[in-house]
Amino acid sequence: MIDFEPTQEQKDAIKRAHQIAEEMFRPISRYYDEKEHESPKELIDTLWSRRQDGTLFGGLDLTAALTVEEVCWGDAGFYLVAPGPCLGGAAVFAAGTKEQMERFLKRFNEGGPKWGAMAMTEAGCGSDTSAISTTAVRDGDEWVINGEKIFVTWGKRGLGESDGFVVVWASIDKSAGRAGMKSFVVEAGTPGVRVEKLEKKLGIKVSDTATLVFDNCRVPFDNILGSPEVKKAAEGKAAGFKGAMATFDVTRPIVGAMALGVARAALDFVKDVLREEGIEIRYGSPRKNLTTVERDVMEMEANYKAAKMLILRSLWMMGQLQPNNLESSMAKAKAGLAATKITQKAIEIMGPLGYSRKYLLEKWMRDAKINDIFEGTGQINMLIVARRILNYSRDELK
Amino acid sequence: MISFSPTEEQQMIVNMVRQFAEDEMRKVYRECDESGEIPDRIVSTAWNLGLVSTSIPEVYGGGGGERSSITGCLIAEELAWGDLSIAMHVLCPGLLALPVLEMGTAEQKKKYLPGFCGVKYMPASAALIEPRFNFDPCALSAAAKLDKEGYVLNGQKCYVPLAAEAEALIVYANEKGTGQAFIVENGTPGLVVGEREKNMGIKGLATYELTLKDCRVPRENRLGGANGCDFSRLLNCSRVALSAMATGVARAAFMYSRDYAKERVAFGEPIAARQAIAFMLAEMAIEIDSTRLMAWEAAWRLDKKDEATKEASLVKMYADDMVLMVTDRAVQILGGHGYIREHPVELWLRNGRGFVTFDGMAIV
Repeated sequence: MIDFEPTQEQKDAIKRAHQIAEEMFRPISRYYDEKEHESPKELIDTLWSRRQDGTLFGGLDLTAALTVEEVCWGDAGFYLVAPGPCLGGAAVFAAGTKEQMERFLKRFNEGGPKWGAMAMTEAGCGSDTSAISTTAVRDGDEWVINGEKIFVTWGKRGLGESDGFVVVWASIDKSAGRAGMKSFVVEAGTPGVRVEKLEKKLGIKVSDTATLVFDNCRVPFDNILGSPEVKKAAEGKAAGFKGAMATFDVTRPIVGAMALGVARAALDFVKDVLREEGIEIRYGSPRKNLTTVERDVMEMEANYKAAKMLILRSLWMMGQLQPNNLESSMAKAKAGLAATKITQKAIEIMGPLGYSRKYLLEKWMRDAKINDIFEGTGQINMLIVARRILNYSRDELK
Repeated sequence: MISFSPTEEQQMIVNMVRQFAEDEMRKVYRECDESGEIPDRIVSTAWNLGLVSTSIPEVYGGGGGERSSITGCLIAEELAWGDLSIAMHVLCPGLLALPVLEMGTAEQKKKYLPGFCGVKYMPASAALIEPRFNFDPCALSAAAKLDKEGYVLNGQKCYVPLAAEAEALIVYANEKGTGQAFIVENGTPGLVVGEREKNMGIKGLATYELTLKDCRVPRENRLGGANGCDFSRLLNCSRVALSAMATGVARAAFMYSRDYAKERVAFGEPIAARQAIAFMLAEMAIEIDSTRLMAWEAAWRLDKKDEATKEASLVKMYADDMVLMVTDRAVQILGGHGYIREHPVELWLRNGRGFVTFDGMAIV
């Protein structure tokens, strides 16, 4: 039955997440935006203990998306510093064996705060993830990894500041192209990997975005996620690459939910200011009889809603164990762009209030933009949607 | 619990209507647009699917099914995918039946509902839109005044589907500053049905101007009697219906232009293999899905009897833009061929452009 009512459990989770956003995130949001690379230690400890007693937001399902939206309404950067399995954990979850899940994910239920990063992008390849040059060579019971990864979210926290790990993508057979792409878990403390630098960014400044250098970094043979066999393209399967992409089907709608939260923060701000000025949106009136501001706000709200519906659908499908590759890319493409446009429009509408660092709105515009870039740019997601609706392979539609 | 899955029964209805749209509507829709006529055979076949009567209680001869705007959305989209003129024509009786079903007095239900449960299509309609550029459903010019003998209606209406043949129709009018509905039967003195309108699109659907000149209706013809009706709910039911129809029209244009783009070869490969075309199609697909889901959500609120003015207005606005964007691009993807009436995309663009004007012309 078509239904949009969250369960009581979901409502409670949303409420808890909102409280965290409002009481813990918002008051220190500006401070950590101005002090880039400073770490909110107290907040991290609090969030970690919330994780241990099961009252933290996050995860990778529909309920998670509802809570992620809520906390990102508070501050998207802090959502990204919340300790937990994060994207690296998602990769282990998507492609790991039972034994690997146990070995790598158990740490998130004990001890001090930890993070799980994922390293994919390199200086020479971003969207074209199959072109990576990092290599993993088998040497007896070990893999030897060499290469350099950039834009690793949680890279420093995962490897340098906690007993976390990074899932790194490398090629075990360059001649095999995509089929040779595999992912490996590199745990904190492994010799041969170092955190080189932290990026300075437009927004989500509290989140660490690191460069990782792998220099003859040795990991146990069993740290490979998925099969160590290279299945040739001729067999019709590029299993390694597909493993990476399957992770995205899960994480893209979650990133979309981040975008929703930031967009709604901006929308709420605009509506609050308008209301204080005595301006109420006349929803039932024909559009041509409305003011420009009313129309703009309605358009922003409709776009927010459109993105939200696509996100919920994609995660609902995942919950039903239906393939959601098309739907998750639709959701991500729509949400990333909607949040970008909504926050940018909000600044226009708010005039001098919008551009000033006295308010958080300008920060939200900067924060929102990342959602149209990471986990697949808007354009890459459009390309995936286009291929799916046309039933084209990547050779047929480049 | 959040779910996007229609019930088994809803899925059966969707399949049935989709089949009808494909087998029947798609065979005649161009001819209907050119001639301005919809064959009786199509109308009676559609009528016998029971789309209007199914939610009318059994005591009046109906199917006794649950009244659901979500089900209505599913039906409206499929029908509009087939053809918008025919869709509006076959659902037109609902413009009277559904408001009476939901808000009518016991007498009104008894008097009108059985007529919609017969084997023969019963034309009925509603008059909301008024012929001026700044028409606003929340500030109607048509007025209803109560005197000793009943209500006196005055005003002008347009885009009244099937006004000439309707056995009865609802006239929406301003009564002391709020919108109310009055049931006016065919032949009532003072109800003057004008010439059939000539429109840019929905040419198969007969729409009329209507003049109400001291048109008298008895007191008991006020929808809901002394309590009146929930006018804004009816507007919202209409916004959601039209949004679902816009989704159907857009889906038709999307599918056609997608298939064309895969067939049409330029510079040695199908034009769909170029991002300029492929990205247009991707955006069309995303926006169609967005609109459908938003319409479902607004309909879900209506089914809960929530006040859904915000959601219904947002999706209607979104749908108006979406269907224009999609149908225009469909023409664009076909290029010169899209402009020729041998292909249907120009028809869908003309129909799609209408949604921003349409109000109260369908209800779910």
